Formats: sequence, C-alpha cells, structure tokens
Amino acid sequence: MSIMEIIGSIFIIIGSIFLFLGGLGIYRMPDIYNRLQAGTKATTLGAMSLILGVGFLEPSWMLKALIIIIFIAFSNPISSHALARANYKRKHFPVILSDDKENMDAYREVIEQEDKEVKS
Amino acid sequence: MQTISFSDKLQRFILNWFFLMLVWIMFTSTFAVQEVVIGAIVTMFISLMSISMFTCCTLKLLSPVRIFWMLYYFVVFLIALVKANLDVARRVLSPSLPINPGVVKFKTKLTTNYSKMVLANSITLTPGTLTIDVIDDTFYIHWIDVTTTDPEKAFTEIAESFEKVLLKIF
Repeated sequence: MSIMEIIGSIFIIIGSIFLFLGGLGIYRMPDIYNRLQAGTKATTLGAMSLILGVGFLEPSWMLKALIIIIFIAFSNPISSHALARANYKRKHFPVILSDDKENMDAYREVIEQEDKEVKS
Repeated sequence: MQTISFSDKLQRFILNWFFLMLVWIMFTSTFAVQEVVIGAIVTMFISLMSISMFTCCTLKLLSPVRIFWMLYYFVVFLIALVKANLDVARRVLSPSLPINPGVVKFKTKLTTNYSKMVLANSITLTPGTLTIDVIDDTFYIHWIDVTTTDPEKAFTEIAESFEKVLLKIF
C-alpha cells in the first residue's frame, strides 16, 4: 500500500463517520430546523472528505474532486436555507425549549407582518 | 435596472471568462491545444451571454491583497467547518441531547448581495447556526444553543469574524 492510498483511505473513513453522525442527528433531533442543522454540517464535511479521499486514491481525478468540493460547499447551505425558509412560511414553527418563548423566535414577526399584508 | 458602463461590462466579461476557463481546465486536467481552444471559444460565448446576470465584481477582485484575504477567509471557514462538525458530533452522541434552540436576528454592515450570500452560507456551515432568511440587512438565524437574544451580542458571537474579512474582500 502506498502512502497516497493510506491518506485516501483515512479521508474516506473520516467522511463516512461524519455522514453516519449526520444520519444519527436527523434521527435524534426534535424538529426540522435542528435536523437540518445536523444534516447540513455533517453531510458537507462528510461528502467533502469522502471526495477528497477518492482524489487521493486516484491522483488524476484530484482537480475534478476539488471542483466538486467547491460546488458542494456552495450548494449545500443554500438548499438547507431554502428548506428552512419554506418550512417557516408553511408555519411549522421551531420547537423552543427555554422559558423565554417570546424573544426566542425573532422570525415570527416577519411572518405575522406578511399575514397582515395578505389580509388587507 | 441600473445602467452599467462599458468598462464595467468588459471587466465582468473578462472575470467570468477567467473563472469559466479555470473550471474548464480543472475539469479536463490537460493543456492539449485542441481542448484549450475549444474551451476558450465556448466559455467566451457563455460569458458574453451572461454579462447581465453575473454582476458580482469588477477586476479589482483579482488584486493580490484581495486574493490574500480570500485565502485567509478560506482558512477561517475551514476551521469553523471542522469545529461545527465536532459540535454536531458532541450533541448527537451525548445521551441527554444538549440543545436549547431558538431564532435570533442581527444586522450586518455588508451591502452587496454577493457578500451577504457568502456570509449567509458561511453562517449555515459554522457551529450551531442556520440561516433562515435575509431581509435587506437583517439576518434571521436558527441557533441550536441560544446564549443571548440581544442582536448585538448575537452578531458578535456568530458573524463578526467572517464579516471583518468579507468587508476587505468585496
């Protein structure tokens, strides 16, 4: 086994661990926003690390792997932001565990404002 | 729609062409003459057609100072990404599920749309935060472990380290 193969395998193992943790996070978290949090971060680093590992195993693919990593870094947060915003607009409000429920939900005022504009 | 001067258009065109060509060369991973010529022609047409769409920045973006700050931003971002993942791992694996979720808002000093987009994306990938919406200069952030609901303090904790660098780039 060459040194490149060892580095590549280590990256792939790290990537799969983070992808697994992302899946576990989606299973354990209470509402969609927390699930998105766990899902986005873990899958971004997981997929990046996995693709980088593939690049190390096959050095002629390295540049392509880097391009894919850049695209993942740009598109993954945008998709999770779109999901979160769409869910809020459908009035699936986030679970709030603390006692101070009034101040903990700053986006609610925007939704209420929009509702008023629609009615009037 | 605002009118754009000719020199601005030319600079955008050159910038788009440069980046598309860079992506093309990375994808083909070769400097063979026929590949490069075909790539140059195709990317030239694409950047001609998209002058009015990709209106991010002028050629100032490629000055050495800004490139240095971009690399610095990349390093800051990578550290934050790894920290975010360790944070998620800690929360997911601990049996009591230590979360205190809520939505906070803060205002940013950034003005251009592209810099706000980069900031929003970075916030989503940093520990415990997820951008829900950006309205003008107000960011609405879902925070997995709220420590403060005060906009100023939230800004200091979430976005300050990124914004400092972004103000120098854009």
